[in-house]
Amino acid sequence: MEHIKELLYKMADDLLILGHRNSEWTGLGPILEEDIAFSSMAQDKIGHAQALFQILFELGEAEPDTNAFMREAKQFHNSQLVELPNDDYDFSSVRHFLFDHADQIRFNMLSESSFEPLAKVARKIKGEIKYHVFHADIWLVKLGNGTEESKARMQSAINMAWNYALGIFEEGDYELQLQSENIFAGEKELQKRWLDAIAPIIEKANLKIPAESEWNPILGGRKGYHTDYLDQLVNEMSEVFRIEPNTEW
Amino acid sequence: MIQSLDPRIAREKINEENNIAPLTEMDNWETYEVFHQKKRGDQHIHVGIVHAPNPEMAFLFGKEQYGRRGISVNMWVVKTSNVFASDYDDSDIFDTVPEKQYREAGGYKVMSKINKYKKENTL
Repeated sequence: MEHIKELLYKMADDLLILGHRNSEWTGLGPILEEDIAFSSMAQDKIGHAQALFQILFELGEAEPDTNAFMREAKQFHNSQLVELPNDDYDFSSVRHFLFDHADQIRFNMLSESSFEPLAKVARKIKGEIKYHVFHADIWLVKLGNGTEESKARMQSAINMAWNYALGIFEEGDYELQLQSENIFAGEKELQKRWLDAIAPIIEKANLKIPAESEWNPILGGRKGYHTDYLDQLVNEMSEVFRIEPNTEW
Repeated sequence: MIQSLDPRIAREKINEENNIAPLTEMDNWETYEVFHQKKRGDQHIHVGIVHAPNPEMAFLFGKEQYGRRGISVNMWVVKTSNVFASDYDDSDIFDTVPEKQYREAGGYKVMSKINKYKKENTL
């Protein structure tokens, strides 16, 4: 079961941490309607994480809340992309675009997984993720084709996020086993499909994917190596829970 | 520096003095009227308004503002400026004189009763 747990942990942690980061925009979003939409998607992400923590619990891991709030930063398996601070809306929306396409393709692949509990979750959340990607695409295309400033800011956000985004596809120790058991077709395949999916949209936005010679994936997140930003996030996220871990909410 | 219990605000180290730029033309988006449909075949019903720069974004926002409870199957957004509205000063054009029953389609009401009776009793 270690191979399935590894897969579930990295997915759940990506979603929990990004959900928390995105929720930091609540009340501070660029306009009211977008604030509500972005916050609502952040809540969706945390809901998706919860569903995965629930499967982990059924596989013998800690209860979902305990698992989410009682671990230290170095015990998290999220990619470093999701832990970076929000910065301005350019970076936040580019990260949302890059991550959510990978998320959508990953769950689509998993909807046919031989590990039925995960396939079931994947089918259930399909519609929510479709909206997330739809949202991300519309913003990217709009701002990429907006003013000189919006275009420049979106391009530099892509440049800044790119190598972190490649870190989403850091391979684990069980790639072959996951593939041979038809659980998950693997990070390499996911990255390939991801590039195929995002390239035409980035082009439509009149933006550019960094030259391949500049690609240098930022790895380590899956193995517990993180930036200091994750410490700060985990402390803030868990602050209330840790005051009284046994309280019924 | 603005003191706040909210760590997000505290981190930003925002100056007390208000240096928010005045609104420019680009800061004001148009409004769109949002209509949702509860089930296929139903009428679309007006549910509210969103601000948006284009129809696609109006849909994005309309979906989260008014469709996130999972009761919609379809949504229309229409630029408010494209809606022709009557003037409230002219509300009296909706007044009708009561002595005109010959014009009212009372027969349809009877038909629906007959149809209902037929259906219930499957003649």
